[in-house]
Amino acid sequence: MQGLSIIVKKVAQIMSALIFIYGAYIITHGHLTPGGGFAGGALVAGAFMLLILSFGARFLALKREKEGSSFIESLAVLLVLCLATGGLFVGSLTFFHNYLPLGQAGHLVSAGLIPLYNIFIGIEVAAALLSIFLVLIIYKEEISL
Amino acid sequence: MTVYTLCFLLFLVGLYGVLTSRNLIKIVISLTIMEFSVFLLLALMGYIQGGDAPILPLPSPDNQIIVDPLPQAMVLTAIVIALATNAMILTIAIRLYKKYGTFDIREIRDLKG
Amino acid sequence: MELLLSFIIGFMVIAAVIAIKARDLLSAIIAQGFVGYGLVICFLLLRAPDLAIVQIVVETMTLVIMVAIVLDSSREELQIRFDARQAFTMVSALIFMFLFILFFRQATASLSPFGEASLRMSEAYIYGAYEQTGSLNLVTGILFDFRGYDTLGEATVLFTAVMGVLTIIRLRGKK
Repeated sequence: MQGLSIIVKKVAQIMSALIFIYGAYIITHGHLTPGGGFAGGALVAGAFMLLILSFGARFLALKREKEGSSFIESLAVLLVLCLATGGLFVGSLTFFHNYLPLGQAGHLVSAGLIPLYNIFIGIEVAAALLSIFLVLIIYKEEISL
Repeated sequence: MTVYTLCFLLFLVGLYGVLTSRNLIKIVISLTIMEFSVFLLLALMGYIQGGDAPILPLPSPDNQIIVDPLPQAMVLTAIVIALATNAMILTIAIRLYKKYGTFDIREIRDLKG
Repeated sequence: MELLLSFIIGFMVIAAVIAIKARDLLSAIIAQGFVGYGLVICFLLLRAPDLAIVQIVVETMTLVIMVAIVLDSSREELQIRFDARQAFTMVSALIFMFLFILFFRQATASLSPFGEASLRMSEAYIYGAYEQTGSLNLVTGILFDFRGYDTLGEATVLFTAVMGVLTIIRLRGKK
């Protein structure tokens, strides 16, 4: 599909970098400020979607990106499950037990496993939304060729 | 209690749209409106007058009035599940349009085989 | 607060009626966007910033995808053939709506009035959230520690939906 004009491309480059950093901030500070894994993951997907829409990638590059995005999403869900099963072996021997030290309130490295859950769920949500979007765009390219 | 009644009115509008629409995209839009009304009702049921957002500035919630956080956690889960459902339905709609050439549900039902 | 909320929900109801009565599909989608963004304002007024962030991003994404789908197909609403089938559908829809109204009056007769929620179920969550999870954001602490199974189920549903989308749109594989 065609890309847009050069002004839109330059602005989209700058804006998507800022949106990506903002999304990463909301994911990692999920236990201190409003946000968390789902909101930050959707924002990161939005940054990638902005780049794809304004640059108009070629067909084969989109297909390679779809493969990579699916792989990353599966990997992230697998890691969440592994972290949760780790609670079966440590501490009070239940599934989903919070077994890392809790630390002090208000610090970035605190609240046990919750920041790690936030990061992996954020990666998974971003990759899932990006996969859906890419598949729809590839489909439209295919039926209009 | 008027906010509850208005929220239910939104649900009824969505329900009427689902039952009597003939266009597939209109059915999807009405389903989304029904889901929004349910989110609104859940968030309304947890509000406390004069309360703050459920983020603790100090680690002990003894003399702060906080809004109920449990319905908000449920609505967060529900929003993502509604997004997944919408994506599936829209994908099916795309395939149906490619095969039958129309979004009308009566035409799609009448063509068999 | 209640007056302002009633105002905004009233606008949402009007926009929803426009969305299901519009002749053009693009107008219906824009009216649905109105309902979604009005919901964001309602979430902000009800002191739920988490929900507002998620809803605004999800709504924008849904609007973009739906406009992309609708722009390529025929955009006009079909002719209303007012025959016996349509009349039967409308009458049965009105009967169902009337039944729902009866159930609604029964169900909300014992709800506490707006603004005075009883924290009967959340007492343990609010007072035990900091000591047991260590996070200052109560909603994140509930979602990932007290109710971790719900979050795991949601991640599974999202994963399954993506697998379903990838299967239904079967792209031409490597030949």
